[in-house]
Amino acid sequence: MKLLRDTWLIFQRQMLLVLRNPVWVVIGILQPLYFLLLFGPLLKDALQAPTAADAYRFFVPGLLVMLAMFGSMFVGFGLIAELRAGVIERSRVTPVSRLALMLGRSLRDVATLVVQALLITVLAIPFGLTVRVGDVLLAYLLLGLIGVMLSAASNALALKLRSEDALAPLMNGVAQPLLLLSGILLPLSGWVATVADFNPFSWAVNASRALFAGNPGDSSVWQALLIIGGLTALTLFWSARSFARSVR
Amino acid sequence: MIETKGLRKSFRSRQGRETKTVEAVRGVDLFVGEGEIFGFLGPNGAGKTTTLRMLATLIEPDGGEATIAGADLRRNPGEVRRRIGYVAQGGSTWDEVSAREELVLHARMYGIGKAEAQRRAVRALEAFQLTEFADRKCKTYSGGQRRRVDIALGIIHDPKVVFLDEPTTGLDPQSRAHMWDEIRRLRSEGVTVFVTTHYLEEADALCDRLAIMDYGEIVAEGTPDELKRDVAGDVVTVGLNGSTPEAAQLLDSEGYVNKLETVEGGLRLYVDQGSIAIPQILRKIDGAGLHLGTIELHRPSLDDVFLEKTGRSLRES
Ligand SMILES: Nc1ncnc2c1ncn2[C@@H]1O[C@H](COP(=O)(O)OP(=O)(O)O)[C@@H](O)[C@H]1O
Ligand SMILES: [Mg+2]
Repeated sequence: MKLLRDTWLIFQRQMLLVLRNPVWVVIGILQPLYFLLLFGPLLKDALQAPTAADAYRFFVPGLLVMLAMFGSMFVGFGLIAELRAGVIERSRVTPVSRLALMLGRSLRDVATLVVQALLITVLAIPFGLTVRVGDVLLAYLLLGLIGVMLSAASNALALKLRSEDALAPLMNGVAQPLLLLSGILLPLSGWVATVADFNPFSWAVNASRALFAGNPGDSSVWQALLIIGGLTALTLFWSARSFARSVR
Repeated sequence: MIETKGLRKSFRSRQGRETKTVEAVRGVDLFVGEGEIFGFLGPNGAGKTTTLRMLATLIEPDGGEATIAGADLRRNPGEVRRRIGYVAQGGSTWDEVSAREELVLHARMYGIGKAEAQRRAVRALEAFQLTEFADRKCKTYSGGQRRRVDIALGIIHDPKVVFLDEPTTGLDPQSRAHMWDEIRRLRSEGVTVFVTTHYLEEADALCDRLAIMDYGEIVAEGTPDELKRDVAGDVVTVGLNGSTPEAAQLLDSEGYVNKLETVEGGLRLYVDQGSIAIPQILRKIDGAGLHLGTIELHRPSLDDVFLEKTGRSLRES
């Protein structure tokens, strides 16, 4: 139970820092908010959806996946700053659980993600979004898994690279194709759709859409949970190992 | 309290296509007694930080063994962590939180409960005279204040041994003197202090015993006085008004004079301990009725020791 206690300790500290300087939480929801307000109105015509509400029901679930992706992929920069300040090394000379050092930080990212997702969901209701509570909770579970996966991966890479200059191009280089090949902005077709089948986040977007359409039984839902869940487990394992090992 | 045998560490670093191996620490044998301030003196790049990081369980040694506060470094690093404190060269505090918050968190990372952690933070803040700005963000502290927070963090769990990596580097003279007082206070509380420095004066004034390190190896070890005595002994320069040859004859046969040189206006005498030799010299010259003009004592510095052992001056490296 030392692990739980230590994770909670690290989580509390990290949340304190987030609340003390919430500007990043705000910046994190600005992008999806812009898409909601400025891109959304174009969708009804672009998608030839019967109503604006239909367009939003298609668009918002993808937007939430985008939020989960972009909100977590760049958390490694914070870790690099902590490494530089000596905070991580200071933790490492204590007997605190190494796994907790990582889990506490990932939990912080999930917590901020849920708050952001709630905000976007609520803001989309006036535009005609409708969804059942059970479905939205399942969708949030999927988002949470994405958050944990990408935050753990970002932190593990940060520990390896130890420099913003190396992490930034790598993350941007990965983020853009993942976004474009996820079908978040527009429905995919042709060869792009075939390539997108290899993008786990495209599966997540499909599942999220099924959930917001009220079809939790759709096969895309359990498939995405399986794929994302499996990847999350793998990344957690990898990241935990980096935290335990990277001693420099 | 600390005993090491053959501690080694090398780093591989890539420069372009070539991989270079740096032997940062090449076989360090040390003994540090309980309750002493032990110093590690050496130029930048000597391997001081690397040795400390190995002893603090932060990096694994390539070879060698160490026992710290009774715990074996290789077999039981967890126990070593519980018994030591470590204060890194580059600091360890976060800009956006206060000293009190840092101290409570750090105590809790050692498994100490919340209430007790808060009590300890209050005590540490008082001991290090940080109470006044305990709740201000760390980024508003001066260099000296921030360094004191680092040290307070390092001993919040009452370790038996604390490693301080260049605790005074970058501090102004007043903060440095203040820091020396803090370190001496730790010793008076029974903590064994292992401190690194590249300042000669600091090693001389602060440390009970010290090891001089260069290129990953210990080149000399002992109390500052022992080290200096081993090198050259003291030099006494006597200024005489005219009667130099007589005085030279007189003093050359004295047992405590190791070597005697005639210089302009007087004599230079090499002796083991100037403080004992000077009264005897005075008596001898007076007794012979010779006229003594001046007398001067030069004690070798740690830099002379460094020069003798490495062929370089520490001030220049
Ligand atoms: N992580 C590392 N990777 C590569 N080389 C290192 C690393 N840490 C230290 N070194 C090298 O090891 C040598 C000793 O460094 P260090 O222990 O920091 O010396 P000091 O603390 O005495 O200034 C230096 O040549 C330094 O460049
Ligand atoms: Mg150093």
